[in-house]
Amino acid sequence: MSASTAAAHLAPATPEEQPERPTPHGRKLTGYWLLLPGVLWLVLFFVVPLYSLIATSLYDRTGTVLQGYDMTWSFGNYWHTLQDYWRPLVRSIWYGAVATLICLGLGYVLAYAIAFKSGRWKNLMLVLVIAPFFTSFLVRTLSWKLLLRDDGFIVNSLQFLHLLGSNGRLLATPVAVIAGLVYNFLPFMVLPLFASIDKIDHRLIEAASDLYSRPLTGFFKVTWPLSLPGVVSGTLLTFIPAVGDYINAELLGSPKQRMIGNVIQNLFTDANDYPAAGALSMMLMLLILAMVLVYIRRAGTEELL
Amino acid sequence: MSVLQRLGRWVGRHLVLMGGLLVIVYMFVPIFVVVLMSFNKPKSKLIYRFDSFTLQNWLNPCRDGSMCSALSRSIQIGLLATLVATVLGTLMAFALVRHRFAGRSAANLLIFLPMASPEIVMGSSLLALFVATGFGGQLGFATILIAHIMFCLSFVVVTVRARLAGLDDNLEQAAMDLYATEAQTFRRITLPLVFPGILGAALLSFSLSFDDFIITNLNAGNTTTFPMYVWGVAQRGVPMQVNVVGTLMFIISITIVVGAELNRRRQQKALA
Repeated sequence: MSASTAAAHLAPATPEEQPERPTPHGRKLTGYWLLLPGVLWLVLFFVVPLYSLIATSLYDRTGTVLQGYDMTWSFGNYWHTLQDYWRPLVRSIWYGAVATLICLGLGYVLAYAIAFKSGRWKNLMLVLVIAPFFTSFLVRTLSWKLLLRDDGFIVNSLQFLHLLGSNGRLLATPVAVIAGLVYNFLPFMVLPLFASIDKIDHRLIEAASDLYSRPLTGFFKVTWPLSLPGVVSGTLLTFIPAVGDYINAELLGSPKQRMIGNVIQNLFTDANDYPAAGALSMMLMLLILAMVLVYIRRAGTEELL
Repeated sequence: MSVLQRLGRWVGRHLVLMGGLLVIVYMFVPIFVVVLMSFNKPKSKLIYRFDSFTLQNWLNPCRDGSMCSALSRSIQIGLLATLVATVLGTLMAFALVRHRFAGRSAANLLIFLPMASPEIVMGSSLLALFVATGFGGQLGFATILIAHIMFCLSFVVVTVRARLAGLDDNLEQAAMDLYATEAQTFRRITLPLVFPGILGAALLSFSLSFDDFIITNLNAGNTTTFPMYVWGVAQRGVPMQVNVVGTLMFIISITIVVGAELNRRRQQKALA
């Protein structure tokens, strides 16, 4: 018998109860010291910048980057930018939501297959899920541009099946942008879903079928509710980056599919209208925060039902 | 058993797996395109499609010098950001798992928030900070590095923390029982056990940093990273060497992941 198993009998075994380990007084502070550099970095370059962003969004819009801006508490910036850019804002949320739902459908099938049906190929399949995403995001999106091009195989097939008019195209349509979003953010859905589904005790599903539930009933009464934590984190991890993304809209869409990210980026770099860009960024952040809070609350109550 | 039920069983048994495999095929379609296009000899710079086979792109990857300098800049930033983020993040993970102190939930929130914020918001707020503090004219390598360390940090903490929390601390107790000092225990027992988590976090950091476009683009000034180079040429005509880089990235990361998995299996066999 090894020393470790001998020690196992002496030590409290549950990892959650580690604090009871005898610690010298100095160790209380060690935690803070370990935490300090990282926390400092996050405060300086994540929290403080948010404050700068709020300030920027309230500057006088008549200033320029070179001359500097006056702080005039211009809450009107929010109203004016909203009037100018509510369409891309609403469009982003719409595209993001549709892409997230499609990701949920595809991701659930894949995560379920890996967790329950892949047997000894589980690790291999997990690697296969992540592998395509080691290639650059932009290079992959350019590949979709090639695949979806006019006169390409996909467009021609859809035209042959009369799913697309003879002059119909995919590029520069919402379909292409949403398809790009689905593709690029799918792993953010699959991995949390897999983590949740993989934990489900298979005996619960067997018990349901022993008690004569039909497979679909068993799925909706057992598997789905138990996988809800994965569904919630997966949808959030997909929705949030998808709403803010503008690479897909730019490479696969046209100005008609412009998303809020395109607008913010252009306001900063081309138009140099920092207050408007700041106000839009803040609105995006607040909107997402509000939606996430409502969503988590709803999901939480559903879980209890 | 009715036909419907039998059909349901069959669906449950096979269709889900088929569906899953189809989704994986779908995920690989653009990769095939990238590999294929890396051997493409385009007739015209502006039409992006496969014309004829050539090895030229692979033999002269740096035909466009600006691509390779952007690439090497991305690699430098990636390595530096990975180094700093991995060290800081690992320290934080140890603090959160191994120490009890007031303000834990605040620290957890601070780590969670960057992962839950859209990149465009983080990018614009950093830019707002740099401009407000008078660094607006000095955007470049340093500001990109600062940003990358910031957004990699949370992912490192989460990855290392998961490994550390799943660790059986009996081995450490045993070492202490056998009169190892705290430092010895850490170096000989804890660190080797946590190492796979740290390595995973470092790989994740590097790929996040290497691939980032949205935050980088806002804070880069005139400096160009590889994703920014691709963004630029996407409007003007893409040199096929971009696909060579894409293919290489794919091959290298697959090698690392598969190598790590094989190594893990070998070690497990050695232990058994």
